[in-house]
Amino acid sequence: MSKLLVSPSPHIHSKDSTRSLMLDVVIALIPAVICSVVFYGWQELLVLGVSVASCVLLEWAITKYMLKQPSTIADLSAVITGILLALNVPYTTPWWVVFIGAVVAIGVAKMTFGGIGQNIWNPALVGRVFLLVSFPTYMTTWSKPQGLFGLDAVSGPTPLGAIQEGLMQGSTVQELTSAYDYKDLLFANLGGSAGEVCALTLLAGFVYLCCRKVIKPWITLSIFATVALTSLIFWGIDPSRFTDPLFNLLTGGLILGACFMATDYVTSPMSLWGGVVFGVGIGFLTMMIRYFGSYPEGVSFAILIMNSVVPLLNMWFKQKKFGRK
Amino acid sequence: MSKHTFAIGGVHPHDNKISRECALEQLPLAPTVYISVAQHIGAPSVPCVAVGDKVKVGQVIAQPGGFVGAFIHSSVSGTVKSIAPRADLAGRASTHIEIAVEGDEWAEGIDTSDTLVTTIPEDPKAIIEKIRLGGVVGLGGATFPTHVKLSPPPGSKCERVIINGCECEPYLTSDFRTLLEKGEQVVVGAALLKKAMGDVPCTIAIEENKPEAIAHIREVIAKLGYEGIDVMVMKMMYPQGGEKQLIDAVMHRQVGSGALPISVGAVVQNVATALAVYDAVQKGKPIVDNSVTVTGECFPKQANLVVRVGTPLQYIIDYLGGVPESAAKIISGGPMMGRAVANLQAATVKGTGALLFLTEKQTRRAPETGCIRCGKCADACPMGLEPFLLNKLSKAADWDACEANAAQDCIECGCCLYSCPAHIPLLDNIRVGKGSVLSAIRARAAAAKAAAEAAKAAEAAKN
Repeated sequence: MSKLLVSPSPHIHSKDSTRSLMLDVVIALIPAVICSVVFYGWQELLVLGVSVASCVLLEWAITKYMLKQPSTIADLSAVITGILLALNVPYTTPWWVVFIGAVVAIGVAKMTFGGIGQNIWNPALVGRVFLLVSFPTYMTTWSKPQGLFGLDAVSGPTPLGAIQEGLMQGSTVQELTSAYDYKDLLFANLGGSAGEVCALTLLAGFVYLCCRKVIKPWITLSIFATVALTSLIFWGIDPSRFTDPLFNLLTGGLILGACFMATDYVTSPMSLWGGVVFGVGIGFLTMMIRYFGSYPEGVSFAILIMNSVVPLLNMWFKQKKFGRK
Repeated sequence: MSKHTFAIGGVHPHDNKISRECALEQLPLAPTVYISVAQHIGAPSVPCVAVGDKVKVGQVIAQPGGFVGAFIHSSVSGTVKSIAPRADLAGRASTHIEIAVEGDEWAEGIDTSDTLVTTIPEDPKAIIEKIRLGGVVGLGGATFPTHVKLSPPPGSKCERVIINGCECEPYLTSDFRTLLEKGEQVVVGAALLKKAMGDVPCTIAIEENKPEAIAHIREVIAKLGYEGIDVMVMKMMYPQGGEKQLIDAVMHRQVGSGALPISVGAVVQNVATALAVYDAVQKGKPIVDNSVTVTGECFPKQANLVVRVGTPLQYIIDYLGGVPESAAKIISGGPMMGRAVANLQAATVKGTGALLFLTEKQTRRAPETGCIRCGKCADACPMGLEPFLLNKLSKAADWDACEANAAQDCIECGCCLYSCPAHIPLLDNIRVGKGSVLSAIRARAAAAKAAAEAAKAAEAAKN
């Protein structure tokens, strides 16, 4: 002992740090990453690599050369944005398109607002939606997964895309969904962006995050519940026009979005009831876009729209203060 | 077995009770003690001895300085050497009475035997008066004079006495050892407090990580045969020992902002206070010593010591082998709410409950990073506040907004800072906001009082 430290209480700290929490999210995403590489092969690996590397490098470069601040890449949040962006695009996306997505995600959606904790919208989703509207060809050409050592990929629409296409041509939902075995949806066997096809691995990651108390389950569960309920009502009214609840839960980016994007700390409400309202909003908007919108898929838009009202939800839904009305 | 806890927030740090097996041990007398006249909440006491006087253990050496005040007794026998300012553990000066120890002669009327006195006096007023004469103050941390707490304002009524045996701070074990080794005295103390408050029911609340204490106290209650005293097993949760949290956990009632526990019919006293009440009422023994946990992973010799009030910290530490090389911070109290010691020459006071040694690795704060809006601080806050918001408002010096968002309700438990993954010094900043809001509230109250008096005077002049 040479000198004594003197500071106000508390004198100990929990083991949690921003980095440890983000590391847990990365760990939770690993099963889905492995699953997507196994199903899509080296092309998916390239997309992941380019996405993560460009997100991290961009954040480093922006903090160093533009903001002239200490680098924040050690908190691993850019790695998560990179992985989520990669899981949100088809594995056939060219590397330079992925890079543009990373520029928009990190450069525009995150760092422009002041970096970690300051952004209003989920960076990976902003990147994804930017690519979707700018490069629709790359973003909507899907291929059935052929596996790590598979043969040439066969092109085909995603289940949600196929339904919308089919409905426009006058088919009924029953005819269209009969082509899908729901087990295939759960066990990663259909066309879609990487994150859309590995439902079980994503759910495993979600359970891990809940057990580690990194996230609370209520946002995700209220999204699932709302999607199920909304589609149950519409499907009950007219099963030939509207898809059934299970189909809606298992397809598209719903599981990825509900488990990993809607639960992002920065862009989701803090309180229980704020989170529930947020989740209900996402679920409902997703179904409205799926049923009545011009895009087959609505999770990304629904989350971004609800991200915008998070400050309001934080203001309206607060924990009751001790001993006060 | 159902387990009780409070409704909002709380954290769960590792309890690290590494000194739990160390039996209470009497610390040998120091050659000199320094007894502060300001060791309780309220007015400092006024010395009533002079330099050169001979004093005995338990003799009054300072009188209460006001209604909210307490007697201070000599903790040793010997000669008063000086009455002068001396630095406390934070380095701030206050008047101390220095006494050179000669022998160990106790004042008359103090029963120093171990005989347990279980007969409870009939008159509540007599009990409270003996508590006052014994200089008893709340030993759970706040050191509020106990007799004041036991004299509720007219119109309020106590419905339950709660004995706080939670000891929810990590590392601390002195209350646990007291429950185990002096359980009989604590239970009699509880019976006295119960009687003093008009024979209301009494609950002894103990956290589940002290099963031996729970079993022992249950046995003692059965053996002594007191009616209306029960043990409640509490879930492990910090800050359960906080007065408002404990009342919520035991009685499911929430004390309002700025209100006293008595407003919901509760009186809470700590285990060590119950023991002091027993000593004061049954044995005529004022507070001259208290038990202090000396602990920390880096400290070679864990101990639960019974220490005379006014013993220099350095003396206690030297007795156990000195400050270890790896210790970077010494804390008086627990790691969540204790105060860092800046001055080892400082002496113990009635409320000193622990000396904790932490290494730099255990205690050094990590650099602050950006808020990620995870909401962990709000989840952890046992008062239901929004620390992230109060932090911002305090930094912006927006005291009105701090008040609107209840910064004054903060109990400074440290849960927010403890749980913040971005290591933002939330509580440091909130303390500033809380202080400003409280002084604004006091200033308003004073202004209102002055205005009322002026109006009254004007009225009187008119008539």
